[in-house]
Amino acid sequence: MKEDFRPQQDEIKERRDSISVKGGQKKQLKCDTHSVSGCVSQRACVYCGARVVLNPVTDAVHLVHGPIGCASYTWDIRGSLTSGSSLYRNSFSTDLQEEDIIFGGEKKLASAIDELVAKHNPKLVLVYSTCIVGVIGDDLDAVCKAAAARHGIEVIPVQSSGFIGNKAAGYRAACDVLLRLSLPQTANPLPKQQYTINYLGDFNLAGEAWMIKNYLAEIGIKINVVFTGDSSYETLQKASATSLNIIQCAGSMTILAEQMEKRFQIPYMNVSFLGMEDTAESLRKIAAFFENKEFNKNTERLIAREEAKVGHVIESAKQLFAGKKAAIYVGGGFKAISLIKQFREIGIDVVMVGTQTGRKDEYDTIGELVNEGTVVLDDANPSELEKFMTEKGAHLLVGGVKERPLAYKLGIAFIDHNHDRKHPLSGYTGAVNFAREVESTLCSPVWKYAKEGPHHG
Amino acid sequence: MAKNTSENPCKMCMPMGGILAFKGVANAMVMLHGAQGCATYMRRHIAEHFNEPVDVASSSLNEKGTVFGGDENLKSGIENMMRLYRPEMVGVLTTCLAETIGEDIDRITSEFLIEKNLDGFPLVPVPTPGYGDSHFIGFFYTTRKIVEKLAIKTSPTKKINLIIPNISPADIREIKRIMNLFALDYTLLPDFSDTLDAPFSRPFKKIPGGGTPVDQIAAMPGARATIQFGVTVEEGLTAGAYLRDKFGVPLYNVPTPVGIECTDQFLQLLSEISDVPVPQQLQQERGRLVDAMVDAHKITYQGRAAVFGEPENVYVLARACHEMGTTPVVVATGSKANKLKELLQLYLPADTDTAILTGADFSTIQEFALEKEANIALGNSDGKVLTEKSSIPLIRVGFPVHDRKGGQRILTVGYAGALNLLDLVTNTLLEQKLSRYRQSMYDSFYRQNT
Repeated sequence: MKEDFRPQQDEIKERRDSISVKGGQKKQLKCDTHSVSGCVSQRACVYCGARVVLNPVTDAVHLVHGPIGCASYTWDIRGSLTSGSSLYRNSFSTDLQEEDIIFGGEKKLASAIDELVAKHNPKLVLVYSTCIVGVIGDDLDAVCKAAAARHGIEVIPVQSSGFIGNKAAGYRAACDVLLRLSLPQTANPLPKQQYTINYLGDFNLAGEAWMIKNYLAEIGIKINVVFTGDSSYETLQKASATSLNIIQCAGSMTILAEQMEKRFQIPYMNVSFLGMEDTAESLRKIAAFFENKEFNKNTERLIAREEAKVGHVIESAKQLFAGKKAAIYVGGGFKAISLIKQFREIGIDVVMVGTQTGRKDEYDTIGELVNEGTVVLDDANPSELEKFMTEKGAHLLVGGVKERPLAYKLGIAFIDHNHDRKHPLSGYTGAVNFAREVESTLCSPVWKYAKEGPHHG
Repeated sequence: MAKNTSENPCKMCMPMGGILAFKGVANAMVMLHGAQGCATYMRRHIAEHFNEPVDVASSSLNEKGTVFGGDENLKSGIENMMRLYRPEMVGVLTTCLAETIGEDIDRITSEFLIEKNLDGFPLVPVPTPGYGDSHFIGFFYTTRKIVEKLAIKTSPTKKINLIIPNISPADIREIKRIMNLFALDYTLLPDFSDTLDAPFSRPFKKIPGGGTPVDQIAAMPGARATIQFGVTVEEGLTAGAYLRDKFGVPLYNVPTPVGIECTDQFLQLLSEISDVPVPQQLQQERGRLVDAMVDAHKITYQGRAAVFGEPENVYVLARACHEMGTTPVVVATGSKANKLKELLQLYLPADTDTAILTGADFSTIQEFALEKEANIALGNSDGKVLTEKSSIPLIRVGFPVHDRKGGQRILTVGYAGALNLLDLVTNTLLEQKLSRYRQSMYDSFYRQNT
């Protein structure tokens, strides 16, 4: 099958290798590169990557060392829930001014840390660097080290100058911090707690980490630490005392899992709790790891019970959605893979898949999963989303806040998969929520008015 | 003691305001010269308020560009953006990063136009360092730079220039309706009433329709007067002052017509400039407003309001509260806004217990709201902390409104806007009283005695 899109006059040559069509000319999708300037990339920066991963550490002071915008635009934007402190829901900033840029911001930063420690008495202060801090050369390490000594608490710099890469570099910076926090405080390694695991790459959006915790508890497995949903300074320190790391958000957390395997001999596996199929498969995988017959039995009982409970909802959704086509544009490749499967579960074919920061191996998997003719794009922009959704006749798009108005303006249904959503999409509850959300948007009467009307004569 | 920390900001950065101003020019596209994140975050912020696609390009400055200069990134970025969107006008805003490494966007953009044989194409570079001031200043300054770049000496016209601050699309449409009722010809800048509140229509347009046409901006020097809603901003930063100083267009710098007095003042001014009496329809609207104010006055008199947001908006909102008998106990902005205090003190009685806070963050606003026993708040969504932490109900006005739909439709200007505000304040106060009075009476009198 030939490529079924034609280069247009307004095509940007540098973007050509970042777009592929399954069954089209064989080529390797270009990914993990810098965004092409002027193309309205949907990607964010290093600071953003670090901030979204670390922000759910609930009892930390998250202090942004930089001008006000960086703190302003990231204030409480995650729907991460807490069972303890709410300190993370504040946005602290040194609010750098022109004179700080000229004379350096180190003194201001030191005073800011002092003020915040005095007021909030935290055990942990995370100091994020932003673009200009990297340029003016403030010595974040030194300021943090001195503050830590002064107050007797952890004050950790997060090296997240915006321009030194993209969001993925921010994930790495966050993982560096998390690893540092996980290092045992004593010379001896912490004893491994039996039948416990760490849950990496879940940010407890709408309580999703709690939901998975309940499933695992029923099987007989305890969650040791969640990175970073509803985590705290103290829980993070116990991270090395466990037998297995499971990773939900592979994009942000694989680096940490690799490091923990190297240092603490904790093996890791990827899991996904999006959709019934992935949820069941992941629970089985986790249970199997412990080679405990009781666990396997408990898992099967849980799966059978939950599937009986929600199976008919998914089945009837499938009937309802027959013939519908979906487009995906999300942050990470692993999430895109889960979504392709989840759409299949409810009878919807995926015709376009894009991610912000997908990796080569993830795009390979995507390529295997999708049907002939499906368009796959890395770092897509609104023009490309519009073009391919229109060409492929997508009926709905799943994406984030920025993509929603575009879909709606095109008269296409939309599913929120962003981090400020207020309903869980994980596990069996999430599978039902997902199906219902698809129904609420695909089956809304609104599209009738968007199609018909006086303007159509 | 001056704080070294901002705890929950009540402002955003300069380029944010710049984007909004550029979105009010017809067929314009805007590019941020800086790292990729700035554009993404600002797009998200604006899109969530307006529920519209908001395309803003970035020069995606990386390490190489930061060290060796961003000429290449910016030039190829503008070219790519122009190929994708085919805009009739291009705005370029700097970010902290570009400013700190000393990017000369005037030179780079001039070179670009020459290299691409685009001499004369309206390309407007605006320095908007994120650490310069807030988005409020970015908005006014960008509007001025647009006029500086595009305005040319023109023969006199009958038109009136209207320079507006960051008000809602619904507000802009109301201003236009008023102008039309006076049968006045005008140029309103920046006009994002359609571009950021576009009707659903086919086919999809990459750049939504509407906005002030470039040729109309060019002709602004011929106008018989400029009316500018910008009393709290330093005059030197405004387009109105530029048009006056450079082309001799008389400038009337008046408050945004929010509340009864400021609307009266605006209509009076229009009437004087045009020599047309205030239209009957508007007089009737005023009558209805006064009637409603009478109906509500005992309730609104109970209000103690914390008003926060951009200086231009809080100034008139505080006055509108005061008019309806609600005491503005806290009036706050994150911007520097040196003129705000002086201006407000002219209108609030000397014995009014009002804290006027500039350069404030929400931790300070919260502190004062509690101390002054505010029972209602007016401002953007970020003020939800006042409700969450201190149970002060929030009326959402201003920008951004993220946690409710319809931020673009919140009407505050004209008599219609005043009526809308009055109802919101009245009903919020009523709701608060009625939902609690049974329990509070029970707790105060019955339980106490048994």
